[in-house]
Amino acid sequence: MDASVTSRAILSCSNMTCELDSVSGPLNILHDINFSINPRRALGIVGESGAGKSMLVKAIMGIAPRSLRIHGKIELDGQDLSKLRPKVRQKLIGRRVGIVFQNPMTSLNPFVQIGRQIEDSGRVHLRLNHREAKRRAIELLSLVGIADPEDCYDYYPHQFSGGMKQRIMIAAALICEPDLLIADEATTALDVTVQKEVLDLLQTIQAERQMSMILVSHNLGVVAGRTDEILVLYGGSVVEYGPTAEVFRNPRHRYTEALLSAMPRMDQPAHTRLRTIPGQPPNLTSRPKGCPFAPRCPAAQAKCHEVMPTMSPALAPGHRFACHFPLPEIARPVIAEFANVQ
Amino acid sequence: MSSDTTMAEPILTATNLSVGFMRGGKEMKAVDDISFSVAAGETLGLVGESGSGKTTIGRAILRLLPSANTTSEGSITYKGADITGLSKTDMRNMRGRLQMIFQDPLSSFNPRRNVEDIVAEGLVIQGRPATDRRERVKAALADVGFDLEAVAGRRPHQFSGGQCQRIAIARALAVQPELIVCDEPVASLDVSVQAQVINLLQDIRESRKLALIFISHDLAVVKNVSDRVAVLYMGRIVEIGTGPEIYERPAHPYTRTLLEAVPVVDASRKLEPDGRRTVMPSRNRPQSGCAFRGRCPRASTICETTIPILGQAPRGQMVACHHPHDEPAPGIAAA
Repeated sequence: MDASVTSRAILSCSNMTCELDSVSGPLNILHDINFSINPRRALGIVGESGAGKSMLVKAIMGIAPRSLRIHGKIELDGQDLSKLRPKVRQKLIGRRVGIVFQNPMTSLNPFVQIGRQIEDSGRVHLRLNHREAKRRAIELLSLVGIADPEDCYDYYPHQFSGGMKQRIMIAAALICEPDLLIADEATTALDVTVQKEVLDLLQTIQAERQMSMILVSHNLGVVAGRTDEILVLYGGSVVEYGPTAEVFRNPRHRYTEALLSAMPRMDQPAHTRLRTIPGQPPNLTSRPKGCPFAPRCPAAQAKCHEVMPTMSPALAPGHRFACHFPLPEIARPVIAEFANVQ
Repeated sequence: MSSDTTMAEPILTATNLSVGFMRGGKEMKAVDDISFSVAAGETLGLVGESGSGKTTIGRAILRLLPSANTTSEGSITYKGADITGLSKTDMRNMRGRLQMIFQDPLSSFNPRRNVEDIVAEGLVIQGRPATDRRERVKAALADVGFDLEAVAGRRPHQFSGGQCQRIAIARALAVQPELIVCDEPVASLDVSVQAQVINLLQDIRESRKLALIFISHDLAVVKNVSDRVAVLYMGRIVEIGTGPEIYERPAHPYTRTLLEAVPVVDASRKLEPDGRRTVMPSRNRPQSGCAFRGRCPRASTICETTIPILGQAPRGQMVACHHPHDEPAPGIAAA
C-alpha cells in the first residue's frame, strides 16, 4: 500500500459544501472547498473564528455532528469517503489519519492512565496485543520528549502540565502510524515557549515519519514558517490558497492582506497604528449572493455584492485566490541583483 | 529597593509587593517582592507565561484578591497614599480612579442587565445622580464607538466578543478613572477585532492621559501598546525597562527565550525545529538561587546559590540576572 501513495494526494476535497440546520434556518458552514495535500507536505488552514476551520476538520474526520450535510467529495488516499460504509470509513480514517485537538484537558479521560489512552486506537484499528501496544506507547512517549516513559505510562493526565498533555495527545495520534496528522489549534492554549516546542516537535516528527500534516490555526505566525501550502478561509469559503511563502509575500486577496496588516508585529515600533477590518464576519444564515468579504472590503464594487468570485486559475506557482479585483502582483526580487549586492 | 527610572511623576507605585496563596498549609508565592511604578499617560506592559503572577498583580492593585487563604505584603500607593490598608468604603471610592478590564467580558457582565445599566454600574456605586449618569454613559459609549440610542436596551449576548470588550472599556471609562488595569483584554479576540480594541485603547489613553497596566502573554501586542515593559517569571520581575530596551537589547536570558519563541509572520524561510525542552520548576517546592537557572543556557554556580536582585543593566533597563546579555537581540542584529 505504501508504495502507491508517493505520487497521488493523500487527502483531497473537491466541491465540498456543508450545511447545518438551526432554528434560524440552514447554516452554510462551508462553501465549495477545494484543496489537496500531497504526501510529506504540510498544509496550514487559517481563518478567524466562525470561518469554518474546525468544521472542515471534523467533516474530514467523520466526527461532525450528525445533522451536518456534506456534499461534494472527500478522498482519502484515493478512496471516496462518502461511498464507503460507515464501519469501513471509520477504520480507514482511524488508521490513516491522526488528530490533535486544541484542549488536551477535554480530550484525555482523567480516570484512565495515559498509556492506555495512547494505545487505544492502536488496539482497535491495528488489533495490537497488550504487549505490543505497550511497547509502541512507551516508544512514542519517548519520541514526543517525555522523560521516564516507562513510569509515565501508568500516570494519570492530571500529573502532567498542559504542554506535556499536548505531547501525550500527539503520541496518541501517532500510534497507528498515520499518513496524515491534523493539528487543530493544537498549540493555542499553550504558553509561547511551550507552543514553540510543540510546533517544533510536530515539524520534526512530520519529517522523520514522512507524514503529511495539516496545521489549523487562527494565528498566521504559527503557520508562516512551518507549512508548504496555506489555505485562507473566510466565512466558510476559501479566499486564497497557495504556497505559504508566496501567499505571505504577495497576498492577492484583500482579506488575507487585511489580516496580515491587522496583526501587531515584532518588527514595528511601539504605538504603531494597526489596520482594522471594519464590520462583522458574515452571518452564516444568510450568505450574501456575492463575495462573503464584500461588505467589509475597501475595494468592493457593485459586482462584488452580486457575483460570487470563483477561484482564479493557478497563477505562477499554484497560487489561487477568489477575488474580482485582486491586489496587484508584486514583482519577485531578482535573484541576480542579490548576487551582485553580496 | 528604589523604584525604576520613570520620567514623569508616578501615579501608582508598588513597593516590595508579595502575594501568597495558602495551599494545603503551605504558602505558594504568586508574586514575590515586586516593585514598579506607572506615570500618568503611560502604559506599562506586564508579560510572562501562565503562572508568572501577571493577573495576581492586577488584582492586587484593585484589591480584588480573595481575603481567605491569601497573604500579602508590601505597599501600593496611589499618588502617595497607601491603598493597601484602605477600608472597604474607602477602597470603593478609590475604584472611581482605578478600574479594570477583564479577559472575558461576557463573564464579567450580568447577562440579564442591558448595556446602559452595565456601563452605569460604577456610577451608581459612586452615587452619581441619575441625570448625570445618563450623560456619562452616553459619552463613555461614544468613546468606544457606540451610539447610546442605537444600543439601548440590548443585553450582552446580543453583542459579539469585540463589541463586548468595547462595552467593558466603556464601563471602565464611565467613572473617569486615571488608571485602568487591562488583564488580557484582547486574548480572546480575533485578529481583526483585536486590532480595533488595541487602537481604541491607544486613542483613549492619549485623549484622556490615562495610565494603563497592560497584562498580556502576547509579546507582539505588548510591544505595540507599551511604553515600558516588565517581564515576569515565577512571580518576580526579571527585567523592566522601556520598550526598545526590552525588545532590542533584552538583558535577561528569559526575555530572550520568550522573544525567540514568538511566532513570527515571516514565511520567507522555513523554520528549523530545535529540540529544546522546557523544564518548569515546581512552584510548591521553590529551588535555591535563580528560578530560571534550570532553563538558562548561562547558568553558573552563583545562580544556584544566590537569588539575583534587580539592578541596573549595562543598557539602562533593570535586570535580575547574574550574567545579563549586552549584545542586541539576534533579530535586531541582522536588520
